[in-house]
Amino acid sequence: MLHLTINDMPILVRKGTTILEAAKQLNIKIPTLCHLDLHDFKIVNESVSCRVCVVEEVGKDKMLTACSTPCREGMNIRTDSIKVIKARRMMVELLLSNHPTDCLICPKNGECELQALAADVGIKTIRYPGARTVTKVDRSSKSIIRDMSKCILCKRCETMCSTVQTVGTLTDVGRGFDTVVGTLLAKPMHETSCTFCGQCLAVCPTAALTEVNNEDKVWDALSSSKTVIVQTAPAVRVALGEIFGMAPGTDVTGKMVSALRAMGFDRVYDTNFAADVTIIEEASELVHRLTHNENLPLLTSCCPSWVKFIEHNYGDMLHIPSSCKSPHEMFGSIAKTYLAEKMGIDPKDMVVVSVMPCVAKKYESARPELASEEGISDVDIVITTRELGHMLKDLSLDFPNLPDSDFDDFMGESSGAASIFGTSGGVLEAAIRTAYEWVTGDYLESLDFTELRGLKGIKEAIIPLGDKQLRVAVSSGLGNARKLLDSIRSGEAQYDAIEIMACPGGCIDGGGQPYTHGDTEIIQKRMNAIYANDRKKIIRQSHKNPQVKKLYDEFLGEPYGEKAHQILHTTYTLRPKI
Amino acid sequence: MCTGNEFLQPLEAFLADDKLTESDLIEILHFTQNHFGYIPDEAQLLIAKRLKIPTSRVYGVVTFYSYFTQVPKGDNQISICLGTACYIKGAQNVLNEFEKQLGISSGETTADRHFSINPTRCLGDCSKAPVVMVNDDIYSRVEPGDVSKILAKYRSDSQEAR
Amino acid sequence: MNFQELRDLQPIARKKLDERLAGNPDVEIYGDGYRLSGDYFRRQTRVVLRNSDIIDPLNIEEYIAMDGYRALADILEKEISPANVVETMIEAKLRGRGGAGFPAGRKWKEAHDYDAERKYVICNADEGDPGAYMDRHILESDPHAVLEGMAIAAYAIGADYGYIYVRAEYPIAVKRLRAAIAQAEERKLLGDNILGTDFCFHLELRLGAGAFVCGEATAMIESIEGRRGMPRFKRHRTAHKGLFGMPTIVNNVETLANVAGIYRNGPEWFKSIGTAGSPGTKVFALVGKIAEPGLVEVPMGTPLREIIYNIGGGIKDNKKFKAVQTGGPSGGCIPEQFLDIQVDFDELVRIGSIMGSGGMVIMDEDDCMVDIARFFMEFSVEESCGKCTPCRIGNKRILELLNKIIHGDGRERDLDYLKELSLVIRDTSLCGLGQSATNPVLSTLKYFEDEYKAHAIDKKCPAGVCKALKHYYISDACVGCGLCMRNCPTNCISGEPRSKHTINQESCVQCGTCVNVCPVKAIHVE
Ligand SMILES: Cc1cc2nc3c(=O)[nH]c(=O)nc-3n(C[C@H](O)[C@H](O)[C@H](O)COP(=O)(O)O)c2cc1C
Ligand code: SF4
Ligand code: SF4
Ligand code: SF4
Ligand code: SF4
Ligand code: SF4
Ligand code: SF4
Ligand code: SF4
Ligand code: SF4
Ligand code: FES
Ligand code: FES
Ligand code: FES
Repeated sequence: MLHLTINDMPILVRKGTTILEAAKQLNIKIPTLCHLDLHDFKIVNESVSCRVCVVEEVGKDKMLTACSTPCREGMNIRTDSIKVIKARRMMVELLLSNHPTDCLICPKNGECELQALAADVGIKTIRYPGARTVTKVDRSSKSIIRDMSKCILCKRCETMCSTVQTVGTLTDVGRGFDTVVGTLLAKPMHETSCTFCGQCLAVCPTAALTEVNNEDKVWDALSSSKTVIVQTAPAVRVALGEIFGMAPGTDVTGKMVSALRAMGFDRVYDTNFAADVTIIEEASELVHRLTHNENLPLLTSCCPSWVKFIEHNYGDMLHIPSSCKSPHEMFGSIAKTYLAEKMGIDPKDMVVVSVMPCVAKKYESARPELASEEGISDVDIVITTRELGHMLKDLSLDFPNLPDSDFDDFMGESSGAASIFGTSGGVLEAAIRTAYEWVTGDYLESLDFTELRGLKGIKEAIIPLGDKQLRVAVSSGLGNARKLLDSIRSGEAQYDAIEIMACPGGCIDGGGQPYTHGDTEIIQKRMNAIYANDRKKIIRQSHKNPQVKKLYDEFLGEPYGEKAHQILHTTYTLRPKI
Repeated sequence: MCTGNEFLQPLEAFLADDKLTESDLIEILHFTQNHFGYIPDEAQLLIAKRLKIPTSRVYGVVTFYSYFTQVPKGDNQISICLGTACYIKGAQNVLNEFEKQLGISSGETTADRHFSINPTRCLGDCSKAPVVMVNDDIYSRVEPGDVSKILAKYRSDSQEAR
Repeated sequence: MNFQELRDLQPIARKKLDERLAGNPDVEIYGDGYRLSGDYFRRQTRVVLRNSDIIDPLNIEEYIAMDGYRALADILEKEISPANVVETMIEAKLRGRGGAGFPAGRKWKEAHDYDAERKYVICNADEGDPGAYMDRHILESDPHAVLEGMAIAAYAIGADYGYIYVRAEYPIAVKRLRAAIAQAEERKLLGDNILGTDFCFHLELRLGAGAFVCGEATAMIESIEGRRGMPRFKRHRTAHKGLFGMPTIVNNVETLANVAGIYRNGPEWFKSIGTAGSPGTKVFALVGKIAEPGLVEVPMGTPLREIIYNIGGGIKDNKKFKAVQTGGPSGGCIPEQFLDIQVDFDELVRIGSIMGSGGMVIMDEDDCMVDIARFFMEFSVEESCGKCTPCRIGNKRILELLNKIIHGDGRERDLDYLKELSLVIRDTSLCGLGQSATNPVLSTLKYFEDEYKAHAIDKKCPAGVCKALKHYYISDACVGCGLCMRNCPTNCISGEPRSKHTINQESCVQCGTCVNVCPVKAIHVE
């Protein structure tokens, strides 16, 4: 243990504790900006570059960065001296001197860490204005907008993209004052191997990286004569409340449905319904591959970012992901065929809006193979949880006090298995709940596969399946996916089924979710809410969802059959690794 | 590894050495710069593939070091030292004279690709300031009046070579 | 070669060298060795440069002739333990010549005491300070001295691999180093089983690529690992976790060139030279407005005045001394009042400058101190890696303020801003570049505040350097010849023949042509 004093208060800390952590124990607040410590995922951004967290070691000229400097025995630290306050303000002032301070018309307005910091330290004027970084805004992709004039070079995005996701799209380019975070050869995002996981923009403290905003498209659709139906992903309902100041992990399904109705959607449906369909298809595919002992392991394919990752990086393994579309795409193609027919409308007059925790789904919905032969997209518009939150604020709805209501009939019905799609391990657990009963013909006693749960990056389990052992693994975060794929490629590990989600922790931590500003407890609470949703359900297995059975009886026919293939399955494309 | 690209062949040959690893990136870029006179885009893709690192990493490195350029340079490299010793001995005027006579700014290349001007930091010959280096030739105690003489030498050189 | 063969070779090689040098007027016999002849050299104490320009750097035998590799051989032959080798270095109190003056022995001990699979020695030959070229000279004239120093350091800490990171702008140094390494390997003075012992040490060259910041040790490590040369936050000491995460020592060329001598002659000998706090000699690159520019090696503690006036011959063209800038872009400007200080690490810091790598740029009355500060700032802004806020943006703002002042748009409060920014940047930057980049501004502000005020308030450049603040006037001495009028590039002089001409200040571009052509020197500058 080490003794030190901070602002004259003595404290005892364990070796390795940073000054920031020690100060926190004393309830002393030290502002930070570049620092990002996602300890639950063992992710730390160590750039130590913003210098906003500097503190004074009494008697020394050189100041210390609290976020990264470990405590030493006998240290005498001040966080409240004039010197500290002056230095901290100057760091913010310097950052702002190279920043377009157009907060009022900025996508990050109200959620920006730089803006909040500037307000906290009370910047009133910029005494030394000067040259600014000017770059072209990159709007090339369907998912992400890059505006480097707002970048503060904290490198959080690079840590996510290169270290955590191992995609390596983002790098710092140039040197000195002209440094920007860019892409290889300054290519636009859509020409790179970016997977659009959105983890970079989820951690960006400013508006340098933001999602492509589709709110206006939704408003336009709602004011058109078309039939607009909306579906919401399982992870949305456990996070949306945060935007309205509700405690993280509050399940707001009922209020969300009421709010969507208030917005004017003609039908409010649940992606969870399609998740149950996905399980029917995926479990069938798994059983098929197991009995033929081919193309194993089966890789789940719900996550478009992960799909793009394997297309760019593992071209030799494109035969192993499940051919199932992702749930919201299945929903879209069912809506534009079966539902349109039932409602008696032309699919061209139907608009399907997906509310997703995800920015990759924006890109996914425009993939040409995810459209009918006539070129009608399965899904027309994707908005994120955050965008839905903004729209509701725009409507001035008193969200926390809205009454609860239920999804519309039929495509609003879902099982507990579908609920858990929103968290890492959920898809595989759901698939096992069904596959087990199909393979063994037995009734599954305990539906909870706890080894597959939690925030750990790679989880493994062996599940007895009659006389067989099902070897399964779950990973979240693309870096972990890479590890798994490498071990499969080298023959070092053998599995029968693998679930991969691009976002650490799964969709609850998706790039489109309300900003957590590095607080991993929020993710944990969202996860708890997901499992609580599952427990609340009477039906907790996809194949027992009566509406899904009806869909197959009336429309799709045989699971994994010809019609199902035509409507619910897709293909993958080899993409260059650049 | 073969790209079938004849232009890149020399680099491919260099990269064939299987001892090369990530930590040799800058050495590889030196080879590329010396061979091609610049670092072509295709070379960056090739190097990344060979070293199994994201191309963005290579690009980040290329743009960090001022020795590497991504545009072809002139046949004759004029480096004018703007180090402290040369600066206070009037190197700026020498640079201005080169710029005036060639009609380009420092860092640029003439339209006929005969000359590029590179402002350089200390060439390590400070006692003979101001120092100018053309290709590998060192000129010391250069004055603006010497510029046309120096240029003439390389004008004829490169014409002969043509 | 083994120990005996090396011992046998030395006198033979020495004889050959003696024969080659006999009758050479440039060298004279000095003690049992040689030195370069002439007062310029006689006034110096050449320890690091003892062989320089005397032996043939491409011939290892001439280095051996001068007792080269004897120190390494002695250590290995007598089986002196690495711990003892480290002890000797601690005793000698050799301080790093790369800038910070950190005791080499302490660095070595940290690395020696830290257990690891692999350890590395890096020679910092990235000499980036403009105006300093002693490292280049050492590498070109006595490369083996550096190699021997590295081998001893490697033995001391337990390293078997080393790198020399050398500037790409030094092609001759690179060539000579390559040749030296090859010759040393061939004779088993480097490589596997050195001199027949178990000690192995392999050396590799790495070329810089035009980034001054790579002279900083952690940036250099990044660069050797194949990345952008951006300094790391030092959570761990480099001596514990450095190159490839292994214990690493980084030492400067001149530091390493001192090593063999210390083991040959003993730490007491070394301490007998220089001051108690900074033993040994230092090589300075004496450049700028000095009568005899060049490399000067003197004992630490030699008075500045002696270096400049006695050895360097004073100010060029008998102009008036104004300041000496030491330490390159990280250093400061020292005014006349300190000419009598005894130059060592601590004295220079005391008066607001630093030793740096030993650059000494002499400035005279024609140099404008604001312009000099701007020059260094421009350098630091161009060379900043761009990682941290104070250095990336702050230094840019300082440069902009200085430009503003030089262009005559400054205000008095800009001087306060300069001071405030400089201090905060110094205290908050991540690496040495940012921490010291504002030294030229701080030191000139401290000692030449008047010049700043003249620029910012009176809009005058006392040295007449800052063009925007220069004005040309024609005095009554004008005979109306019209020469100036005909030569002015911007047609801004007017006047009738044989009467006094005038300059239109609006369109004058301060080119100075008219001054040069006027036959009666009627045009003056204010
Ligand atoms: C920006 C910067 C540039 C530096 N450049 C050099 C250099 O060119 N040569 C050098 O030996 N040390 C340089 N240093 C100092 C090194 O970081 C390091 O302290 C030194 O190489 C250690 O060797 P020494 O202890 O033998 O001096 C530089 C430091 C900084 C911060
Ligand atoms: S990024 Fe933040 S600080 Fe910058 S304009 Fe937007 S809200 Fe304001
Ligand atoms: S904070 Fe200032 S700029 Fe923003 S809206 Fe209010 S008055 Fe306008
Ligand atoms: S979206 Fe994901 S893959 Fe794309 S740049 Fe951001 S972190 Fe990298
Ligand atoms: S884009 Fe955002 S996350 Fe990335 S470095 Fe810039 S400010 Fe930080
Ligand atoms: S894990 Fe979920 S939120 Fe993240 S990219 Fe995949 S589908 Fe989207
Ligand atoms: S002080 Fe300057 S050179 Fe050093 S890390 Fe910061 S930005 Fe880079
Ligand atoms: S200094 Fe130049 S521009 Fe000004 S008057 Fe003289 S010749 Fe003309
Ligand atoms: S050259 Fe001199 S003397 Fe002649 S007109 Fe000009 S100022 Fe007068
Ligand atoms: S928060 Fe500590 S340096 Fe940025
Ligand atoms: S400053 Fe020009 S050669 Fe050193
Ligand atoms: S030459 Fe005609 S006005 Fe100057």
